[in-house]
Amino acid sequence: MDTLPIPVRVLPSIESPVYAFDPDRKQYYSTKILRYIVNSHSDSALRTIGITAVDLFIPILTYVFGEAQLDGKAAIVSGARLKQEYYGLKPDKRLYVERLFKELMHELGHTFGLTHCDLSYCVMHLSNNVTGIDKKTATFCENHRDQLINKLKELEIPYGK
Amino acid sequence: MASKPSIMIVDDEEIVRTSLSSWLLEDGYDVVPVESGKLALEALKKKSYDLMLVDLKMPEMDGLELMKEVKKFLPDLPVIIMTAYATVDTAVKAIKEGAFDYLMKPFDPEEISITIKKIMKQQMLEQENIYLRKELAKQFQFHQLYSKNKKMQEIFELIKNVAKTDVTILIHGETGTGKELIARALHAESLRKDRPFVPVSCTSLTETLLESELFGHEKGAFTGASTMVKGMFEMADKGSIFLDEIGDISPKLQMDLLRVLETKEIVRIGSTQPIPVDVRVIAATNRDLGKAIANGIFREDLYYRLNVITIDIPPLREKPEDIPLLTEQLIEKVNRETGKSVKRVSQDAMALLMQYRWPGNIRELKNVIERSVVLAKEDIITLNEVGPCFGRNVKDGISSGGSADMSLDQMEKNHITSVLKNNNWNISTSAQILGIDRTTLYNKIRKYNLGEDNK
Ligand SMILES: Nc1ncnc2c1ncn2[C@@H]1O[C@H](COP(=O)(O)OP(=O)(O)OP(=O)(O)O)[C@@H](O)[C@H]1O
Ligand SMILES: [Mg+2]
Ligand SMILES: [Zn+2]
Ligand SMILES: [Zn+2]
Repeated sequence: MDTLPIPVRVLPSIESPVYAFDPDRKQYYSTKILRYIVNSHSDSALRTIGITAVDLFIPILTYVFGEAQLDGKAAIVSGARLKQEYYGLKPDKRLYVERLFKELMHELGHTFGLTHCDLSYCVMHLSNNVTGIDKKTATFCENHRDQLINKLKELEIPYGK
Repeated sequence: MASKPSIMIVDDEEIVRTSLSSWLLEDGYDVVPVESGKLALEALKKKSYDLMLVDLKMPEMDGLELMKEVKKFLPDLPVIIMTAYATVDTAVKAIKEGAFDYLMKPFDPEEISITIKKIMKQQMLEQENIYLRKELAKQFQFHQLYSKNKKMQEIFELIKNVAKTDVTILIHGETGTGKELIARALHAESLRKDRPFVPVSCTSLTETLLESELFGHEKGAFTGASTMVKGMFEMADKGSIFLDEIGDISPKLQMDLLRVLETKEIVRIGSTQPIPVDVRVIAATNRDLGKAIANGIFREDLYYRLNVITIDIPPLREKPEDIPLLTEQLIEKVNRETGKSVKRVSQDAMALLMQYRWPGNIRELKNVIERSVVLAKEDIITLNEVGPCFGRNVKDGISSGGSADMSLDQMEKNHITSVLKNNNWNISTSAQILGIDRTTLYNKIRKYNLGEDNK
């Protein structure tokens, strides 16, 4: 697993995002929540990323696992479809955390300007289902790692071993 | 890929434009959202796109209308129609009118992802294909001549070998086989290439006119000769003269010509003063000069003077493998001239082209293709266009295997059988000669119930 050389601060949890609920689709409009996170982002942090248990959508897609501001400040990831229970399977906490971690890295990658990767093991590979998430690793391919390091350099954050 | 593939989104709903854009941006595409058909058409003129995602229902111009407009000037640009109100009817209509796919809003992320990947991959393959075919065609090109035929390739080699000498060359071939192009290639390969190439048609003129055309005349040499005029031999000095249809010249001119070849001097009409000329002579004929000599129509000594080296161009019907290649080159040429974008000839039309005997050879093929391209409504030429282009004589040209009123199927069957036979039932070779893929050939063999017993 890759980790970023950036300390993490966990903010207190917030109210369920009722404002983003779509009664027809019975899902939450991810962009609205993302906008909320962007608005509450503090410049003392590099990035703010939200985690939610509700199922997310954008109007043109039936669902999304998460959404990020490409080369921006914030991102959101939903755990709803990452749980085995969602597919009628036995709960698996370890697997859930692993998937959540990969999707967090993926969306964070987007906030650092990375786009999707053709390499199936790279965390920036687009996965539209959990099988895809399970197939990819939690690490960046060489190319994407280089892009990330360059971006962090720009932000004056050392990315060393 | 060199640059990011570019996608245009056309939808009147803001929310669709933004949500689809941001999602596609994460996928690494260059995305341009626009809100109407009119703006889409304007945007298309500014830069090129790899894909359009178009909403079906929009005020003013709807998605299908927009697609129709786009296809008029960008027939190859893939268009995906998207709608929230899908019906089977509109789906069928969209696909029929050329949509690559028809997607229901909201999209399943997997479906849209796969569809777009598929389009991008297909486009890349097509680009590669076009490139490879162009490279391949270059291999079969010699100056303005194209051919894969072994005999033709040998001719090209021969030309390279003899062009730099000054030997006289006689080109023999039926009408329209490319005699003049061969002569031009000879000149272009020679050390004289920067000097004039002067073609003279020996049929179109009377004896006296041709004589003065070839050798020129002095002022007052005959009535109407008000000034001195140089002949073609003088014009071709240091270059090449191409004597086309040499078999048609009169006995007197045959003698004059023989003298020029022997002395390398000409005498203008109305003069006695010989003028030295340094000219490479290339002659052509569609006649059997051997027979003409036997009949006493052509001088044997002139024949031997001309015929130091003979180039015998096979008629088109003896090189069917060239028909797809020539067709492709001709289509491209006419596209360039007319601004059309015809891609190819349908398989059944190609079967007809390959079946036909082409009495007018490549010139006739050129005429048929030119007319077909002009008639073509789609980017593929079908039997509908090719058929009428043959004119009344089509039946005269159909190969010996069939009678005048044979059906197209019957013609196809005969042709396939003969190609298979000539190639010992080698499927790959036969398919290549027929210009179809192996699966198609297998299907035809099954359809016509052909078997090795047809051998
Ligand atoms: N190998 C070839 N590749 C491409 N085009 C060809 C080829 N051979 C002939 N053509 C084309 O076919 C047409 C006829 O060619 P050309 O005039 O050289 O034939 P020709 O034998 O001199 O005919 P004719 O006997 O009627 O004078 C021309 O338009 C020429 O460009
Ligand atoms: Mg000619
Ligand atoms: Zn990668
Ligand atoms: Zn992503």
